[in-house]
Amino acid sequence: MARILSILVGLFFTVALLWSLLVGLFNFELPHSVEHDFHKAPQHLALSSDGPFGKFDRQQLQRGFQVYKEVCAACHGLRHVAFRDLAALGYNEPEVKAIAKGTLVPGIDPATGEATTRPGLPTDYFPEPFANDVAARAANNNAIPPDLSLMTKARHHGPAYVYSLLTGYTDAATYKNAEGKPLPKENYPTETTYFNPYFANLNLAMAPPLNEGMVSYGDGTEASVDQMSRDVAAFLVWTAEPKLEKRNQVGWPVLGFLLFATVLGFLAFRNIWADKKKKG
Amino acid sequence: MSFPWAIEYKPSHPFMQWMDDRLPVPRLVYNAIGAGYPVPRNLNYFWNFGFMALFCLAIQIVTGIILAMHYAANAGVAFDSVEHIMRDVNWGWLMRYGHANGASAFFVVVYVHIFRGFFYSSYKAPREMVWLLGVVIFLLMMATAFMGYVLPWGQMSFWGAKVITGLFGAIPLVGEPIQVWLLGGFAPDNAALNRFFSLHYLLPFVIVGVVVLHIWALHIPGSSNPTGVEVKSESDTVPFYPYFIAKDGWTLGVLLVVLAAMTFFAPNMLGHPDNYIPANPMSTPAHIVPEWYFWPFYAILRAFTVDFFFIPAKLMGVLAMFGSILVWFFLPWLDKSPVRSGSYRPLFRKFFWFGLIPAMVVLFYCGGAPAEEPYVVLSQIASLYYFAHFLIILPIVSAIEKPEPLPYSITEAVLGEDDNAKLGKAG
Repeated sequence: MARILSILVGLFFTVALLWSLLVGLFNFELPHSVEHDFHKAPQHLALSSDGPFGKFDRQQLQRGFQVYKEVCAACHGLRHVAFRDLAALGYNEPEVKAIAKGTLVPGIDPATGEATTRPGLPTDYFPEPFANDVAARAANNNAIPPDLSLMTKARHHGPAYVYSLLTGYTDAATYKNAEGKPLPKENYPTETTYFNPYFANLNLAMAPPLNEGMVSYGDGTEASVDQMSRDVAAFLVWTAEPKLEKRNQVGWPVLGFLLFATVLGFLAFRNIWADKKKKG
Repeated sequence: MSFPWAIEYKPSHPFMQWMDDRLPVPRLVYNAIGAGYPVPRNLNYFWNFGFMALFCLAIQIVTGIILAMHYAANAGVAFDSVEHIMRDVNWGWLMRYGHANGASAFFVVVYVHIFRGFFYSSYKAPREMVWLLGVVIFLLMMATAFMGYVLPWGQMSFWGAKVITGLFGAIPLVGEPIQVWLLGGFAPDNAALNRFFSLHYLLPFVIVGVVVLHIWALHIPGSSNPTGVEVKSESDTVPFYPYFIAKDGWTLGVLLVVLAAMTFFAPNMLGHPDNYIPANPMSTPAHIVPEWYFWPFYAILRAFTVDFFFIPAKLMGVLAMFGSILVWFFLPWLDKSPVRSGSYRPLFRKFFWFGLIPAMVVLFYCGGAPAEEPYVVLSQIASLYYFAHFLIILPIVSAIEKPEPLPYSITEAVLGEDDNAKLGKAG
């Protein structure tokens, strides 16, 4: 009885599926979007923080922070990072205090209670560049510049994506994809967008933000667009995962101990089962 | 617990006797996992996964309770509270990554455990209750994991919640009111997040309760074994302590090595980057996918693309998705073969390895892929096979198959000969 019922239920589902399958096959049309044909995967970016032995290059992080502060902070927030966190970049306490003091954060007038701004303290977080989403859209071609704290974890191949995007702006009219096809005219950028094949939708509202030499690095490194993009990508890896070094550092002893314990456990297992003619 | 030769608990230390007289926990432990519990001596490594699953549950509860001390379940601050845990709470990053990767480990271990059940027909009499309780545990795990993933309130959290709670709307007549009632609103929002947190904290303890019943039900007939032949005499068994304590111990080490490697060196490998973007009801992600352990069921859900007579495709998908797990409840009655173990069932084995396993692999892959061709067609074919396997193929195979001859006993299978068999044959 159960068998007959089960066969009937099975037939119900399988016939329904066959029906979907047949109808689908008749209306079959393999889709191909222009975005898919012209979008480029990010270029490879090697950073010192890569891999299980990764460590941050503090000089690079400081350069990247400088790029963020002087270029990106105009539009992009970094709300999960506090000024005190910058000590991890190698700044000492007076330097951190100075960086905080040099940034204006929201505050209240102590006499009147009105909303105003005040110099930051190490305990403050990086301030939002716009008062609200409406203000953000109004200033940026109806797009909201995303917060950058987690950007390298919020995109596939995050650091490589950031680097490729910043260096990837190119002329839509002369661009050809891997198969040599030119970009269709409908997909050219508009008055308020800019073509970048590393962006999933090909045209984004952010104008190319970096120019040669726009930042003068404290350590004298040449500020090419490529260098600045690498540095800011490395910095954003730190903002997304400040505990990366600690994680790698703790991971090896933990793994080592567990391997050792497992080997000991295995030997104990063999020892205990030795008197059974055949193990399970 | 109910073997005629199970050793009675006779503590040597007077303190243990004192304890046992007043609260019989010592004898419970002795007869459950101690020297007083006889276990088939031929268990292979597939039998270790039950204990590993229990350990994963323990890891999830410990890391989860610590996370709950720092997490805030309000939609305005949930995402930020998780970042606070990652950045400012001492070892918070380890708790968070441990909990997220621990969930994946829990599902890997449970899937192997379930597939052991499929291959060796662990669901057959007299262990049907063990199996039914196990399916209940799996459903509770799925609910817990789904709600847990919503808690960080990232893009995938929100949109995954939207898709899955939206399925309730597919129920005819009462669907929409039920959906609004469950959500506490018209879409996932603060009300849904708060109740998901409450239930996510509750269900693991319900799982613990059902696990206790699951192990209790198992300990009545005792474990099955790879030959499927029941224990006949003492020589078929070894005491759980120390033999299987030792075996479980070292395989636990292997599990922890793999889990530690993932947690420390590739903590975001199994996750989706979109969940590092705060939830935005105004912005739909390009591809909404659940965590990997739901992919086969997601593929079955999306395989139904066309209305079937008066039943809308959405409802068909929902029925099939739940149905795909509900069929497991009926396995003890679908598979009527008197032979348990797949090792002695050649026809069953062919359908298992060349049918069920490939179908599940395809469903897994398609579940994580976009809902476009050719993945839709592949899902349809694989889902078709999946239902046919359990509901049509298994009942027929179990009726017509010619199994291979079974060993007389476990002792014979392990040692090559069993003196009792000779006595039996002679007598």
